[in-house]
Amino acid sequence: MILPLRLENVSFRDILKPLSLAIEAGPSTIILGANGAGKSVLMRIMHGLLAPSTGSVSWQGEDPGRRQAMVFQRPVMLRRSAYANVAYALKVAGVPAKERARLAAEALEEVGLRQVAHRPARVLSGGEQQRLALARAWALHPEVLFLDEPTANLDPGATREIETIIKAFDASGTKIVMSTHNLGQARRLGDEVLYLHEGRVVERAPIERFFAQPSAPEARAFIKGELPWV
Amino acid sequence: MLDDPRLWQIVALSMAVSLSAVAIATLIGMPLGAAIAVGRFPGRRAVIVLLNALMGLPPVVVGLFIYLLLSRAGPLGALGLLFTPQAMVIAQTVLVLPIIAALARQSVEDAWREYEEQLRSLGVHGWRGALTVLWDIRFSLLTAVLAGLGRASAEVGAVMIVGGNIDGVTRVMTTTIALETSKGDLPLALGLGIVLIAIVLALNAAAYLVKEAAERRFG
Repeated sequence: MILPLRLENVSFRDILKPLSLAIEAGPSTIILGANGAGKSVLMRIMHGLLAPSTGSVSWQGEDPGRRQAMVFQRPVMLRRSAYANVAYALKVAGVPAKERARLAAEALEEVGLRQVAHRPARVLSGGEQQRLALARAWALHPEVLFLDEPTANLDPGATREIETIIKAFDASGTKIVMSTHNLGQARRLGDEVLYLHEGRVVERAPIERFFAQPSAPEARAFIKGELPWV
Repeated sequence: MLDDPRLWQIVALSMAVSLSAVAIATLIGMPLGAAIAVGRFPGRRAVIVLLNALMGLPPVVVGLFIYLLLSRAGPLGALGLLFTPQAMVIAQTVLVLPIIAALARQSVEDAWREYEEQLRSLGVHGWRGALTVLWDIRFSLLTAVLAGLGRASAEVGAVMIVGGNIDGVTRVMTTTIALETSKGDLPLALGLGIVLIAIVLALNAAAYLVKEAAERRFG
């Protein structure tokens, strides 16, 4: 187990104000907030892609880098087949060649891309490429999966498919940490909300309570603005 | 003139020398350029400026430098390479290497901006990242190879100095053109010039078609 993840007094330039929090195993965590609130930066610090300006990020156990994965808003695929993209991730992770084929095939099956496994990844549609990014993560069986607005560029149909796969990750025991500004998606996938406003965590609450009676005024305004009919 | 076997011997030697030089420079220059693009080390910016500046190395100066290295009194004189095709390959490799390395550095660096987060997230570091990107953009790197080939096949100064333009041994198209022009045999010089341009054009067309097909295939 690499969780809980602890952030102590973490700040990043003037984008994130010093914050301390723990991410526990179990409930899916949704990071909500307006554009520029610091969601992406916070996730990148958690995942280790950015070093915080101050403070510390600590995981438990050995080699936490190998036990987590991240899916970005815009997936980056190598110019090789869908299958080879998954196999590449497995190779980097040190999985023996014999097991790579099986794990990659399983992961492609899981996200519904078995039919296009041997097509070049870059000619797949945006939704398929994002599913491939999820397959690449699935094959690694991460303990924690970070998703940075994974459906921001996708149409409703593709978004639904991505959400189904994220639910499967959750059901398989992977901890989900996802940023979004789609409130419907937050409700469908989240168990708890971290609400960011101008680089501060102004509210952290279970999802139902967050939507029913947000205590931070910024969060209230955000929900009103996004859901003007509420 | 075109049925003169000596002419085709000259054409063959020209291509053998230039293609060998470009092949060696590609094998060294591509990983070198990628390493500079992806690496973070002190003096990196100075290295990049130097590499870019070396693209403009005058062939005669490179020829002179290699001549001094290979001449009998020079540090590598014992190898006995001066006035051989091998010496010409060495000189052209030195000339072409900065071009291929500098253009590869720029291409890999541009691509790295797109790949970096994803690759680091997968746990890819250092050499593996550089080589992964290099391989992924291999078809656009054909342009760098072509630039190197253009430089190698067009230059006279370096091969003239280290090869000596010896008939039947180190005489290539460009040195022949220079010699025949000064002797006044303009038809032979012109004929060779046309052959040289045709070969360069054909190689570029082939590379373009390969690149186009690859882009359609891999996206």
